Amino acid sequence: MLKSRIIPCLDVNEGRVVKGVKFQNLRDAGDPVELSIHYQDQGADELVLLDVTATRQERIAMLETIERVRHKLSIPLTVGGGIGSLQDAGRLLNAGADKVSINSAAVRNPELIEAMSTRFGAQCTVVAIDAKKQGEIFQVLTRSGTNAEAIDAVAWAARAESLGAGEILLTSFDRDGTRSGYDLPMLSAVTDACSLPVIASGGADSVAHMVEAFQHGAHAVLAASIFHDANMTVGEVKQKLSAAGIQVRNDW
Amino acid sequence: MIQIINTGVANIRSLQAAFDRLGCTWNLTVNAEEITTASHVVLPGVGAFAAAAEAIDELGLREAIIDRINHRESATLCICLGMQLLCESSEESQSAKGLGIIPKAITRFGEGVKIPQLGWNEVRPLDNGPYARGEAYFANSYRLETAPDGWGAAETDYGGTFISSIWRGRTLACQFHPELSGSWGESVLTQWIEGITC
Repeated sequence: MLKSRIIPCLDVNEGRVVKGVKFQNLRDAGDPVELSIHYQDQGADELVLLDVTATRQERIAMLETIERVRHKLSIPLTVGGGIGSLQDAGRLLNAGADKVSINSAAVRNPELIEAMSTRFGAQCTVVAIDAKKQGEIFQVLTRSGTNAEAIDAVAWAARAESLGAGEILLTSFDRDGTRSGYDLPMLSAVTDACSLPVIASGGADSVAHMVEAFQHGAHAVLAASIFHDANMTVGEVKQKLSAAGIQVRNDW
Repeated sequence: MIQIINTGVANIRSLQAAFDRLGCTWNLTVNAEEITTASHVVLPGVGAFAAAAEAIDELGLREAIIDRINHRESATLCICLGMQLLCESSEESQSAKGLGIIPKAITRFGEGVKIPQLGWNEVRPLDNGPYARGEAYFANSYRLETAPDGWGAAETDYGGTFISSIWRGRTLACQFHPELSGSWGESVLTQWIEGITC
């Protein structure tokens, strides 16, 4: 059976990891390469690098970062943030990403999903959906959460699947940074409506939160602060998940 | 020197990086002579069956690859779609013609599982294989259902079992991505590079 995946996420700005990484024993906690290897050695199943820069010049720096990380990394690498076109996606894949995650651009131009899937394959086409509860629905947000779209996240996930996406990265804007656990009703609604693997993101602060997410249909969980703050290593998290009956990859 | 067949439709950066980490030199090739005679050749592949099969024909490499795998004692590694291309056809692209080295058809995963299979799954060699049981990274919607005669095989469970790897002589084919499968994956690559002994 497929293993439940644990995916640390690094926010990268100008070639440096941002969002307070508090590891001891790292020469340079801000170096994406060193941190990536650190998580790989701890048992991470995959890594996400999120480009949080805004300018074009900084995006070029991101390509160099991806090349450096790829050279050392022997697990899959997903890159997201600011991808607006098929050419952008191609450049990231060329630099060494295995999957590319698109968000705002997919909402603006859903054909981009189809174009990426046709050109590069569904397996490297990840659609990232940021959403928050709004009345009875989960409303899609774009532009790092600043733009509320008149789109229901559940319907959007199903549409992304029909356009050729291979995976959904679902982030709860209500829960992100709150450490109160993943948005389980939203996760269930999306995993029921769409048959793609779904990565749950936003709100994790404990192994119990991750167990809940897997029980509500997540195929993978994304986490940042829980690992960056060195509360727990990926390996420790996996041991506890195993003890809770979640099947994870145990040898690395 | 490892010759990587560059069909232009596969993302091969991860593979190049893995060979770099193992200290192996590699080269991208579309040269039939090189593909026939090189000590080590990789047929990589992500993307669509038809696009890859067409690229092989447009580059005039079909006979060279078949000759190499059927008649030479040198090492060939086929990854992901590269393994599927060894077969005659695929449900993914009904009209496209595979290499036909294996008289089988590739089929889509059935009902009841998420498609694509995306993530880590266990690989169990059925016969005395070139590597030990381990966990590998998969990214596929189609698969080989049963092992071909005359080949060793490994199986994996995903809505029933499928064939996740096959080997014969010094040819190794993996549905999974050894280059993305951590240290276990690197051990599979090392076994292939150093010469498979089953």
